[in-house]
Amino acid sequence: MFELLKQFAPPYRRCIVVGPLCKLVEVVFDLLTPLVIARMIDQGIATHRVDLVIHFGCVLAVMALVGFGFTLVCQKMAARASQGMGTDMRDALFFHINTLSHAEIDQFGTPSLITRITSDVNQVQLAVALGIRQLVRFPLLAVGSMVAALLIDIKLGLIFLVATPLIGGIFWVVMARCIPFFKQMQQKLDRIALVTREGLSGARVVRAFVREDHERERFRIAADEQAGVAIAVGRLTSVLNPATLLIMDGAVCAILWAGGIQVDAGELTQGQVLAFVNYMTQTLLAIVYVANLVVVFTKASASAVRIREVLDRTTSITSPSVQGRAEQEGACAAVGAERSDVDGARTGAAAACAGASGSGITAGATPAAFPALRMDKATFAFAGASGNALQDVSLELPTGGTLGVIGGTGSGKSTLVNLIPRLYDVTSGRVEVFGRDVRAWPLEQLRRAIGMVPQQAQLLSGTVRSNLQWRRADASDDELWHALETAQAADFVRALPAGLDAPVESGGKNFSGGQRQRLTIARALVGNPQVLILDDSASALDFKTDAALRSAVEKLDLTTVIVSQRVSSVQDADLICVLHHGKVVGLGTHEHLLEDCAIYREIAVSQLGGSGASGATVSSQLAGRVDSTPSQLDGWTAPNASAEPQPDTSNTPVPSHLDDEGGVSGNA
Amino acid sequence: MPNPYASVGSVATVTANVSGNDNLNDFNDLPGQGGPDSSNGRGASHRAMATGEVVRRVFGYVRPHLVLLVASFVASAATIVLQLYVPILIGRGIDLIIGAGKVDFDALAPLLVRLAAIVVAASVFQWLQGYCVNRLSYQTVRDLRVDAHEKLTRVPLAVIDRHAHGDLISRVTNDVDQVGDGLLQGLTQLFSGIVTIAGTLLFMFTTSVPMAFVVVLATPLSMLAAGAMAKFSNKSFTEQMRIQGQLSGYIEEYVGSQKLVDAFAYGDRACEGFSAINRALYTVGERAQFLSSLSNPGTRFINNIIYGLVAAIGCVGIITGFPAALTVGQVQIFLSYANQYTKPFNEITGVISQIQAAFASARRVFLLLDAPEDKPDAADAIELSAPRGEVEFDHVDFSYVPGRTLLQDICIHAEPGMRMALVGPTGCGKTTLINLLLRFYDVDKGEIRIDGHPLAECTRDSLRRAFGMVLQESWLFEGTVHENIAYGNARATREQVEAAAAKAHADTFIRALPQGYDTVLSEGGGSLSQGQRQLLCIARVMLADPAILLLDEATSSIDTRTELQVQAAFDELMQGRTSFVVAHRLSTIREADCILVMRDGRIVERGTHDELLAAGGFYAELYNSQFATAE
Repeated sequence: MFELLKQFAPPYRRCIVVGPLCKLVEVVFDLLTPLVIARMIDQGIATHRVDLVIHFGCVLAVMALVGFGFTLVCQKMAARASQGMGTDMRDALFFHINTLSHAEIDQFGTPSLITRITSDVNQVQLAVALGIRQLVRFPLLAVGSMVAALLIDIKLGLIFLVATPLIGGIFWVVMARCIPFFKQMQQKLDRIALVTREGLSGARVVRAFVREDHERERFRIAADEQAGVAIAVGRLTSVLNPATLLIMDGAVCAILWAGGIQVDAGELTQGQVLAFVNYMTQTLLAIVYVANLVVVFTKASASAVRIREVLDRTTSITSPSVQGRAEQEGACAAVGAERSDVDGARTGAAAACAGASGSGITAGATPAAFPALRMDKATFAFAGASGNALQDVSLELPTGGTLGVIGGTGSGKSTLVNLIPRLYDVTSGRVEVFGRDVRAWPLEQLRRAIGMVPQQAQLLSGTVRSNLQWRRADASDDELWHALETAQAADFVRALPAGLDAPVESGGKNFSGGQRQRLTIARALVGNPQVLILDDSASALDFKTDAALRSAVEKLDLTTVIVSQRVSSVQDADLICVLHHGKVVGLGTHEHLLEDCAIYREIAVSQLGGSGASGATVSSQLAGRVDSTPSQLDGWTAPNASAEPQPDTSNTPVPSHLDDEGGVSGNA
Repeated sequence: MPNPYASVGSVATVTANVSGNDNLNDFNDLPGQGGPDSSNGRGASHRAMATGEVVRRVFGYVRPHLVLLVASFVASAATIVLQLYVPILIGRGIDLIIGAGKVDFDALAPLLVRLAAIVVAASVFQWLQGYCVNRLSYQTVRDLRVDAHEKLTRVPLAVIDRHAHGDLISRVTNDVDQVGDGLLQGLTQLFSGIVTIAGTLLFMFTTSVPMAFVVVLATPLSMLAAGAMAKFSNKSFTEQMRIQGQLSGYIEEYVGSQKLVDAFAYGDRACEGFSAINRALYTVGERAQFLSSLSNPGTRFINNIIYGLVAAIGCVGIITGFPAALTVGQVQIFLSYANQYTKPFNEITGVISQIQAAFASARRVFLLLDAPEDKPDAADAIELSAPRGEVEFDHVDFSYVPGRTLLQDICIHAEPGMRMALVGPTGCGKTTLINLLLRFYDVDKGEIRIDGHPLAECTRDSLRRAFGMVLQESWLFEGTVHENIAYGNARATREQVEAAAAKAHADTFIRALPQGYDTVLSEGGGSLSQGQRQLLCIARVMLADPAILLLDEATSSIDTRTELQVQAAFDELMQGRTSFVVAHRLSTIREADCILVMRDGRIVERGTHDELLAAGGFYAELYNSQFATAE
């Protein structure tokens, strides 16, 4: 907490000093009030002088007014400093998160990062505000009242010395015992929500299996547990107020008795005893507030730790150091030159780039000398994971070529393409783009050269235009339309009433899955990328659109990486990489892989049927009727796997209808 | 005694509840529930529930804990009266110690004993009150919550389908909590506030009428000031919350898309956008915080003025006997009352907004509780035992929304053991057939019969036991693999579960899990792949061993290898059972005994694959457009 404050407090130093000082004035006046009243009683009444009473009354009013004025200043300072620091913290957090790489963001998790920027900052903000406003007020009030009381009489002050720690102690014990309960209570509430949510999402299953009673019982247990914890907490906290009352008024009793003895002896006056009682009350109330402050600060320091965790995390993916920069300036210029090219006269731009720098990220600059993409034993493991997500991937793709990546869920396809724009860095091995290790490229330059279409078709709220202009803020309408045409999205965008200015809701909810995918493809194409990465980006497209898209992209003559689960999407690629559990199990062309790669063949069989898969073994595994199916069953997984053992039907009655059709489920 | 923990966060809850009020009354408006006869007395109540009714119904939940309620009110009243008596005794005590040699110990001693006794009694009552209210509110919350949840298991599925689950969950969690916090604790606070005010007035007027008037006349000042400040700060709080929401939305969107932002090197522009909203939040937040932080010093200021006023007038009274002849002790009494008197007013204003929010929440909960329930089984409903699996749709019509007929004149006859494939474009009503078969929804016209018995004449439970259902979205709950598979048959032994899993081709991957069958799955099946989740659901149905199957095939390929297993498991499952499959795979369709081709809610063609292809109708067209390729 203190480190965090040290980092963010300096600009608000004046507020932080002036605020509490002003508060000090109010506290001093508050402390003086009982004294003034004591005077009023002792002097005014003793001398029967009404003017004195009125005089002291006016003093009280002036003190109240001046105190209020100073407090206003303090509150203003508190608001300014706390909100200012909160704003700075949010900025710092958000900016910092932007520098973090995927590896770090994955570790925190997005929801956690969001809580840290919002509620954790709010918590610290509140603590700062209360710190300025009350940290001075209440402890000072408590101590001040005590001092004032002691000044009146030391012997009566002893009562204070007993009562004050007693109340403080009770609060300490109760709060310390409550805090673990608070956490439990949250967990129990979460459980209630969970059971309810499961019951709703599974309503059909619950009812289909006639398990309503079971669900009710599950909920009842959760509700009982929650009530139990809540009541236990209540039992603890309900002690606080009566205990304070008991101690406070008990002490007053003692003061009256002991004070009575001293007044009788002439050591004290009646007014002094009265003042003493008032101070006492003030002290004990102040302690209650201090306890409240302690709770706020405990929470805030937990939040501060969570904020610091983010700010202290340095990114593992950084741009190369300055000395490497000079060397790459030529390349920057080349890319810059190409970026200014609007209408897609790519070849011209590429030529210009080739002239500017031999090693630039430039398509066609030195195609023979440097492959567009090369991986050499690239290995990657997610932080904390036991196994490698990718292991020893080696491949080479010439500039202008197309790489297909195929494999089952979790085989590492997305991880592989994420290494190219350095969304992750390899754990070992290397990834080269245009002949240079990706870690040697200036980060922004590398990413500007790559058009990425991530697996999740994610749009952000704004307009179609603002979404398409992600790669180039000043892209012209012509360029946008050009990209939309290529992505097969021009038709539906044109049909929108507002065209390019049509609103996009958060997440792109107002577009269908297929439309979203096409827009994200267009977004990647704006700003002339040299490498296009399509990470399973056509899954929601129907076959015709997918085919049209691929042929349009082919015409662009880009280096393309296509990730897919469909054989049909990758079969025309120059090079297909088959991944299985993070390892390359096949690398080559479609025909090649059908011959050599069992897993590829299996996928092909299940998706394409016979004529697509031409291997001899494949045909023999297929039921005869499959041969009659057209070559590509896009999105339809056809026929039941002969590769799988057929169920043993001997112990289950064979439905009569099977006989009618004859060998429906059988092998060829 | 001020409780600094009492009034935290009431502003937030108010707004949270205001925004949730929109769809209050639509629980009762559920078409497809067998027409008007399903309304249950309260029926078409589109009126807002009256405050009185809300109170009465909340009281209905309190009644079982009536002892606690009465005890808490009695204890609360006792505490307040005793607490108010304390300053009087202290004042009298001070009057007994007038000066040197003039202290009346004989009177002081019993007075102090009395004071001590009263303080002890007040503390005990206060503790009792806190304890009772707490217990009362949490037990009531629990009862209300269990009822609300139970209702969710009884409402027609249409209610669950039509309402955002988040909204329903929040009724069971937040709203019920709000009723507990706001209504019960709030009402108790309101009660004690009123008693305090009444008691203070009483004690003041019995001590000195003129001085009491001074206090009573001066206090409205404080209330006016507090009210004005609350108005100001509420306005800017609302604004602050709006921008805070905007900021959260921005963070959610951009941090959630961080990978995208990185890949596009968009960071700088994202930061600019963030800073702009952040600046706006600062401006509003600073203002809101400043205004709201004025209320304490503001009331304190006014209180200080009143305090001084009371002190001065009191002293003048002591000296001159005008406006009243007073003693020093009596002035002290008024000084403490002046301090105490304004507090309940401020508290009451705070509590009232909390109570309003609680009323809104209570209405939302009761509206849920008033939602119609599934029509109960008829008294003479029959138990379907050992069904053969003959299914017949007899001229069935159905619509979710009146006037927009979804299914029209559906006739299907499936002999026991037949495989029926449902084929057609999305939205043609395939899934609706499943909803009707399980009586999640009731037909509008016509009849569905199982083994010759109309559905409406069977008990729902026995009907549903006759069916096994595997949907596209597999539902798993938090619990072990074993519990999930044994969902349909809680008494199944481990052997039976394993056998079912083996038949469903799930045994191998389950054994590879860290704790095998005892592995605890997180909500929704977390770490399992989509295909594996589906295998578990198939095993579940396998174990339940129903006569009729309803299967909904996955549309998109998930993981080729697992999918082959799923496919094989489906085949295994369908052996010897009547099955209805919403089919997407060519193999399933080809192997069906009867393909039902649906279009716009009608069955337009039926027959086997070859027959239908030969006929060259809609099916042939569909087949050619979807299965044949353009290349």
